[in-house]
Amino acid sequence: MKHVDEYRDGELARDLARRIALEARAGHTYRFMEFCGGHTHAISRYGVEDLLPGNIRMIHGPGCPVCVLPMGRIDDAITLAERPQVTLCTYGDLMRVPGSNGSSLLKSKAAGADIRMVYSTLDAIAIASNEPERQVVFLAIGFETTTPPTAMAIRLAQKKRLTNFSVFCNHVLTPSAIQKILQASDPGAVEIDGLIGPAHVSTIIGTTPYQRFATEFHKPVVVAGFEPLDVVQAILMLLRQVNEGRAEIENQYIRAVSADGNRKALAEIADIFELRDSFEWRGLGEIPDSALRLREPYAQFDAERRFAIVTKPARDNPACECGAILRGVKRPRDCKLFGAACTPETPMGACMVSSEGSCAAYWAYGRFRDRETGLQRVGAR
Amino acid sequence: MCLAIPARVIELLPDEMARVSLDGVVVNASVALVEDVAIGDYVVLHVGYALAKIDEDEALRTLALLREAALLGAGA
Repeated sequence: MKHVDEYRDGELARDLARRIALEARAGHTYRFMEFCGGHTHAISRYGVEDLLPGNIRMIHGPGCPVCVLPMGRIDDAITLAERPQVTLCTYGDLMRVPGSNGSSLLKSKAAGADIRMVYSTLDAIAIASNEPERQVVFLAIGFETTTPPTAMAIRLAQKKRLTNFSVFCNHVLTPSAIQKILQASDPGAVEIDGLIGPAHVSTIIGTTPYQRFATEFHKPVVVAGFEPLDVVQAILMLLRQVNEGRAEIENQYIRAVSADGNRKALAEIADIFELRDSFEWRGLGEIPDSALRLREPYAQFDAERRFAIVTKPARDNPACECGAILRGVKRPRDCKLFGAACTPETPMGACMVSSEGSCAAYWAYGRFRDRETGLQRVGAR
Repeated sequence: MCLAIPARVIELLPDEMARVSLDGVVVNASVALVEDVAIGDYVVLHVGYALAKIDEDEALRTLALLREAALLGAGA
């Protein structure tokens, strides 16, 4: 596939990695965080870490919307879906995410709730048009990449005068989460020397919103595509910035990302959504100005208002290390549940449910071979 | 969630929709979010919406930079 295959050339990747090894200073450790689950996935799938010298460490960030959605919001979605008049439309990623007391959307669907997996918000609009007797709620989740499609659905619902369509909005903002990670000052917080910035989030917001991470926090940021060579090139660019004492915003994914982003999409987002004062992120806690809700003129499309949703706090499985993994403080293999009680078949936490989660990436691509798994320990006794 | 794939625009349809080819698989997608889409353009496709156009010249420049850096590594 054009614009994909070129960036998956293994020989080129190995040569680039040799270049990185040559330029990495002996005795210096480089800690780079890839914010996005898409990057984590590429790193695991293509074995990028195996190519890098030992003194470059990749830290996996919280850029997986399914992973950072707090359990309380999953509970809200389940409660909503169990209302007899409601048809809940959701992206497939959310179906198996555990709610409180072992619940999930998948289990509710099996028990009879009208929950439908959709590929696009356009599908949800079609369902609402074709089934006027149903209250169709779209479970909106995702970073800035996924927000414009939700905005366009609301725009379309308005145009079609749909009175049975609403959105349960859980859209969150990338720069707020990056800032939270860079601000974390508690002992044991993760130290990073540079960031690989989001690929498709940046097609929407551009590279300008990251500027403050260079000026205020003195961290280099390289926005990169999701293919393995994109990631390797971004690592080389970060390495050079660190070696030269620079902290700048650079754009490796310039074929799709501009400084200003997608103005049309940003205008739609600004018109329909406004900032919430604060929003809870799994692993990162409450972050001010980090999420969106519908503005007053669009209240009729807001499921939170229509169904008077009040999110109750919910507790994750206490043994699950998702929180620390999302902060980059721990790796999946540091979790007792990983590979034992928690696998993609029976996920205990969101990092294993979402295919973009760090745990799922480690599991799927065998990045746990250097750790004795819980099952092996049991078997050895 | 943020994964997106390059798709080639093969036909423009009414209501800011288009037929796009994903390596031969043809689907309908919204092009309402990108300006000045033309047949033959590659776009970044995400959950049924084109989010950005892919700039061919920039893609070639990125690949040239990649090869240049790799060449230095290969000679090592």
